[in-house]
Amino acid sequence: MSFRPLLLLCVLCASVVNLPAIAAEPPLPATIDFNRDVRPILSDNCFFCHGPDKNKRKADLRLDTKEGLFTPIEKTRLPAVPGHPEQSEIYKRIITPDDDERMPDPKSGKHLTDQEIAVLKKWIEQGAQFKGHWSYIKPTQHLVPSSGLAASAASVSPIDAFLLQKLQQQNLTFSKEAPKETLIRRLYLDLLGLPPTPAQVDAFLNDTSPNAYESQVDQLLANPHFGERMAIYWLDLVRFADTIGYHSDTPRDITPYRDWVINAFNTNMPFDQFTVEQLAGDLLPSATTQQKVASGYNRLLQTTEEGGAQPKEYLAKYDADRVRNYASVWMAATMGCCECHDHKFDPFTAKDFYSMAAFFADVREPGVGKREPGMPVPDDKQATELARLEAQVAATRKTLDTQTPQLSAAQQTWEMSLADYRTADWTPLTVVDVSAQSGAFPKFAADQIISITRTVPDKDVYTVRVKTNLKNITALRLDALTEKVPTKLTPAGRAADGQFVLTGFTATQGDAPIPFAAPTTSNDSPATTLWSTTAEQTKEDHYAVFETKSPIEGGNETLLTITLRFEAGKKHVLGRFKLSATTEPPPIRAIKGKELPKEIVAILKTDRAKRTAAQADKLAAHFRSITPLLDPTRAQLAKNEKSRDDFLKTVPRSLIAVAENPKTIRILPRGNWNTDNGEIVTAAVPHFLPPIGNSQSAIGNKAPRATRLDLATWTVSKENPLTARVVVNRLWKLFYGNGLSKSLEDLGSQGEWPTHPELLDYLACDFQDHNWDVKRTIRQLVTTKAYRQTSYASPELKEIDPFNRLYARQARFRLDAEFVRDNTLSVAGLLTTQIGGPSVKPYQPATHWEFLNFPTRTWVHDKGENEYRRGLYTHWQRSFLHPSLANFDAPSREECTAERPRSNTPQQALTLLNDPTYTEAARVFAQRILTEGGQDLNHRLQFAWRTALSRNPKPEELKVLTALYAKHKSQYTTDPKAAASLASAGEAPATKDLDPIELAAWTSVSRTILNLHETITRN
Amino acid sequence: MTPQQIQHLTRRALLKNSAYGIGAAALSTLLTKSGLAASTARSSNEFGIINPRHLAPKANRNIHLCMAGGPSHLETFDHKPKLADMTGQPMPESFTKGQSIAQLQGNAQLKCLGPQWAFKKFGKSGQEICELFPHIGSVADELCIIRSMTTEAINHDPAHTFMNTGTTISGRPSMGSWVWYGLGAECDNLPGFVVLTSTGAAGQKQPIASRQWSSGFLPSKFAGIRLNSKGDAVYYINAPAGVSRDQQRDVIDAAEKLNRINDASAQDPEIATRIAQYEMAFKMQASVPGLMNVSDEPQNIRDMYGAKPGDGSYASNCLLARRLAERGVRFIQLYHRDWDHHGGVKDQMKLIAPEVDQPTAALITDLKMRGMLDDTLIIWGGEFGRTPMAQGNGRDHHQKAFSIFLAGGGIKGGITHGTTDDLGYNAVENITPVHDLHATMLHLLGIDHKRLTIKFQGRDFRLTDVHGNVVKEILV
Repeated sequence: MSFRPLLLLCVLCASVVNLPAIAAEPPLPATIDFNRDVRPILSDNCFFCHGPDKNKRKADLRLDTKEGLFTPIEKTRLPAVPGHPEQSEIYKRIITPDDDERMPDPKSGKHLTDQEIAVLKKWIEQGAQFKGHWSYIKPTQHLVPSSGLAASAASVSPIDAFLLQKLQQQNLTFSKEAPKETLIRRLYLDLLGLPPTPAQVDAFLNDTSPNAYESQVDQLLANPHFGERMAIYWLDLVRFADTIGYHSDTPRDITPYRDWVINAFNTNMPFDQFTVEQLAGDLLPSATTQQKVASGYNRLLQTTEEGGAQPKEYLAKYDADRVRNYASVWMAATMGCCECHDHKFDPFTAKDFYSMAAFFADVREPGVGKREPGMPVPDDKQATELARLEAQVAATRKTLDTQTPQLSAAQQTWEMSLADYRTADWTPLTVVDVSAQSGAFPKFAADQIISITRTVPDKDVYTVRVKTNLKNITALRLDALTEKVPTKLTPAGRAADGQFVLTGFTATQGDAPIPFAAPTTSNDSPATTLWSTTAEQTKEDHYAVFETKSPIEGGNETLLTITLRFEAGKKHVLGRFKLSATTEPPPIRAIKGKELPKEIVAILKTDRAKRTAAQADKLAAHFRSITPLLDPTRAQLAKNEKSRDDFLKTVPRSLIAVAENPKTIRILPRGNWNTDNGEIVTAAVPHFLPPIGNSQSAIGNKAPRATRLDLATWTVSKENPLTARVVVNRLWKLFYGNGLSKSLEDLGSQGEWPTHPELLDYLACDFQDHNWDVKRTIRQLVTTKAYRQTSYASPELKEIDPFNRLYARQARFRLDAEFVRDNTLSVAGLLTTQIGGPSVKPYQPATHWEFLNFPTRTWVHDKGENEYRRGLYTHWQRSFLHPSLANFDAPSREECTAERPRSNTPQQALTLLNDPTYTEAARVFAQRILTEGGQDLNHRLQFAWRTALSRNPKPEELKVLTALYAKHKSQYTTDPKAAASLASAGEAPATKDLDPIELAAWTSVSRTILNLHETITRN
Repeated sequence: MTPQQIQHLTRRALLKNSAYGIGAAALSTLLTKSGLAASTARSSNEFGIINPRHLAPKANRNIHLCMAGGPSHLETFDHKPKLADMTGQPMPESFTKGQSIAQLQGNAQLKCLGPQWAFKKFGKSGQEICELFPHIGSVADELCIIRSMTTEAINHDPAHTFMNTGTTISGRPSMGSWVWYGLGAECDNLPGFVVLTSTGAAGQKQPIASRQWSSGFLPSKFAGIRLNSKGDAVYYINAPAGVSRDQQRDVIDAAEKLNRINDASAQDPEIATRIAQYEMAFKMQASVPGLMNVSDEPQNIRDMYGAKPGDGSYASNCLLARRLAERGVRFIQLYHRDWDHHGGVKDQMKLIAPEVDQPTAALITDLKMRGMLDDTLIIWGGEFGRTPMAQGNGRDHHQKAFSIFLAGGGIKGGITHGTTDDLGYNAVENITPVHDLHATMLHLLGIDHKRLTIKFQGRDFRLTDVHGNVVKEILV
């Protein structure tokens, strides 16, 4: 990205320095191809007003369809008359000198060059042939051109043949092959993202067998680091990250998905299966755990937990996010535009957009709030242990569920003791509004439970207005409620100790206060307070009953204002509660201990003989659940469950797609989520692409609809013109520096016409025809003559082809962020080579997470092996990505990234010079040099250079490093304290008995080597 | 062209003579082509894509004082006496029906909360400003208050994203990056876009994502750089322990020599750029500590801001903003993360106003004293406003109206633009969407907002998306 378009350079040359222009307008092609030559001009300049968007279309003229081009405007004027530019309206209008008439409208800021006008003219002269957009037409197998290259034509790679055909048109041919040490380094970096060791380089240099290169490729494709390398690219596309993205940007469970991706590449899972399992693994018949993990693709989007966010708004954002991502990943289409309007350049409509969203409408996804814990994904060993622990739990449960004669006898005694048991019928009071004097935030939901959130004050007073239709209310009841989620129990009190102290409870109807008797409580509240809990009682719900001194008349939406005071201090305020009322005749008292469920009370009151079998069972089950006789078993169950749960905590979890009844999806006019009047749409693929076929299935109880599985199958069907092209174009980029169409993210009308369309189609068809075999395609890409060329180009070649679009040389580029790290750690000998597993936290500046909140967090870096994992395992915090990775252009993964920028910045220099990770690596590399590099300076420098750069140093290179070593050696000799500091950088173990002065001087050498452009460059 | 002539291709010559600024890589290509050593290749900081500017610029740099959390317009710049009369009464449903509100959603009854603090008239212009801001009041005649701002998002994260990038969708460039990309910067030892943050006495610490200063799909070198008040001011700015500045220089020199040997055969402009960026990094290692060392400021200046060196306060950040402006940084953004007053708006305003009032006024005064206010555009404001309706004794998020002020480069001082209705709920006159603020800001910097674009995913993107009108009424 740091390379500006050449055009700028030309302007500069022409206007300032007066050098000859080095890129003249190319001559017009002999035959104008509509898609290659004409469509880009029309798309860039005309489609905005005369394209697919019917709402923006002017003069009812449409230039993106055949019909539009050849239908008279206002019955007389034809846009294009084959063979006759002078009669064609589009030509007349672009050459007219009249500003009011001329197109594009001068006010639009758009302007056609003479070259573009000449192209349009020649196209009309040659018959104005129209073609649909290339990437929407199924690729067809093109004949491999016969090559003038080799005597044994059979051995020429089809890729080379296509490339040569074009090169020969320009009187060019391939550059010479790169030196073997360059090739081996290139292959390692391209296929593994790691450098070769000197021993690996030597083995390759010494292998003189005719298939040495190919067998090297095969070895690397079989290396498990290949999966890691490929995963990085895929994870950018699908926006994989460890956190939710919006606002609090809290973590979520998802890392097993990354392992799945790595594994899929390593096992060479065919790309069609790879696609289906991600889009719809959960919908496959008897889906396996791994297929469900793959379906976690559907959960990779950004979500929010922000208080006050409206679920409906966010659900609309999520729908749009999914469509944008699917379209980017599998179609290289920019469908995001269609959230608000029909696409301006491509035939996608807003309806297409929402119809695509409907495929994903079954994915369970809360609008706002914490994501659920992911599905546990144990490995084999963990699965065995888990089964054992589950069996223990089941066995104890069974004991608890089994009635014995002893239990039956005890139950009878218990029943008799409850002969006088009486419970009131409580009706919740409907909350109108609630406020907290402290400024804390009350919330309430349909169940009338009130929660107080945010600021926890020392004291507080809540005013709750409720309405009720009950008549003659005899008592009010206040429930103090705990909140239980699987991993956590929040006590009812807001103080850290979970307690609360109610100091006042008053109610008024209008202005009239309602007198109450002293409360009775379920927890034997100490008489010194109106109502409070002890520390031991905070794990359970409790309630207090306030009997009215005379019944409240009520009825007809009576409004009551209830004031709860918590003025004892120490933050003993209530956090979650509910108010209800009863009309039963007094006395109404709170029941001590656990309240019996209504249903159980009803059974108890039923004559023994008249109870149904189901009722009897229910009562017995309830008895078993409370009888002290079974307390030891219950304790055992709790213990067993804890063992299981504790073990489960060590098992990685992953969010997966869970299908539920699909939401209704409507077209949102201008993307406005707050309207319900848009047309309802059903799942459908974009209208101009091949239809999805009849594989519709039904989920839930709604009418049959096309599912994600149908979408997935369609995506990888032979009829789909896009998927294979999109994938091979991106694979090409990984190994040749550019895509064949360089707009990796857009193969639509505004994307780039491929430099080698026949080659792209050849590769796409070959990919499909060979079972979507990813390794096979990659093998083809890296075994060509083109791949093996040197990246050094003659000045003449650079002038003819400055951006290397003809491939008469190899590309040279900086390593991706993760590989910069991996390369350094590998050279230093620090890299942990474990494949897969949870994300890790290497060193990171302490202040980096300062701006995170809800909750605030501190980064605690991992120790030992996890400190030295490959970059792709770094905890990916979307809102604050690790600065080392971000500095080398790793994306935040909030949206799809098909191509990372490749910047060259001062921050990169600072990172390599000063980031503790790199300083430590330099120190450890220096240790290696001293212990493994031989005894004298020259051997050591040779070793260091070869380890980092895979080649022998030149004499002048040795000279530079020798001088540096000597200078710093003498400086550190006079400053042993500084030497000791540098020689102990980082936490990695030090090699015993090394002289810190020597080590510090060598660390200067190793730092220099690790900072070289060549070290972080794939050549 | 002789090497001497090329030597003269300094930044200024380029800016004057060429139709476009060019990137370092292109420049070094050119230099290398001409057989000149790459040592003249400069860091790419100085060159912007818009050169010459589309319009005569009124401002050369921008300081955005972002009050994160959403300050209440009703307790800052929008005086609503009628709302006071309505305190405790139901908010008329005609205002709120079908409207998007944040945390108050579902509350059956919305009640008005009158302004919690009085307003006063300040300056010759008689601008009405809340009494809690007397220092800002003292520069009232420099300010253009806009009372009719509106935004499209009602939650913090998307609203900040909208304010910074013109859309709520993640991944687009922030305004600071746009401006740096468009104009380059006037410094070669600091980045062109710098971000500082502070928190206040209320201790809310609104989360702010680095997305807010992201370069989006612009080249990533245009991302804003955060200056930290604790730890390293810029990440990795300090050489490792045991490495002196001279030794760091030696390592960089050795790397440069080796890079040149490599370049002799590779002839790769990226190598020249790499060398230039190491130079820039080395310069930053000296310039950043110099920048942060505010103890070299006279006591009276420090007192004017109320800044204590190294305390990381908003006051210190305002002083740093001036120092950054002096050093040629193009876009300076301060976040003060303490404005989300859902509860206790009265007390919280009382806490936060003094933290912000004096330093903000000091910045304006200081720039003016130095003759820099004329070409520095200051924007003060949050990501949205707050409801006239009570949330307990606080206010909820509000998108239909909020207040900001502008001052400096090309802004008409002492005026108020736009109004809200009697209750401060809807902007009603001269409604100013965020896109218009962006268009106006770019206009003042000499950029036609419709022509600062970059092609991404097949489309020309710009800060104002497909919107934006320059607010002509507030320009000098």
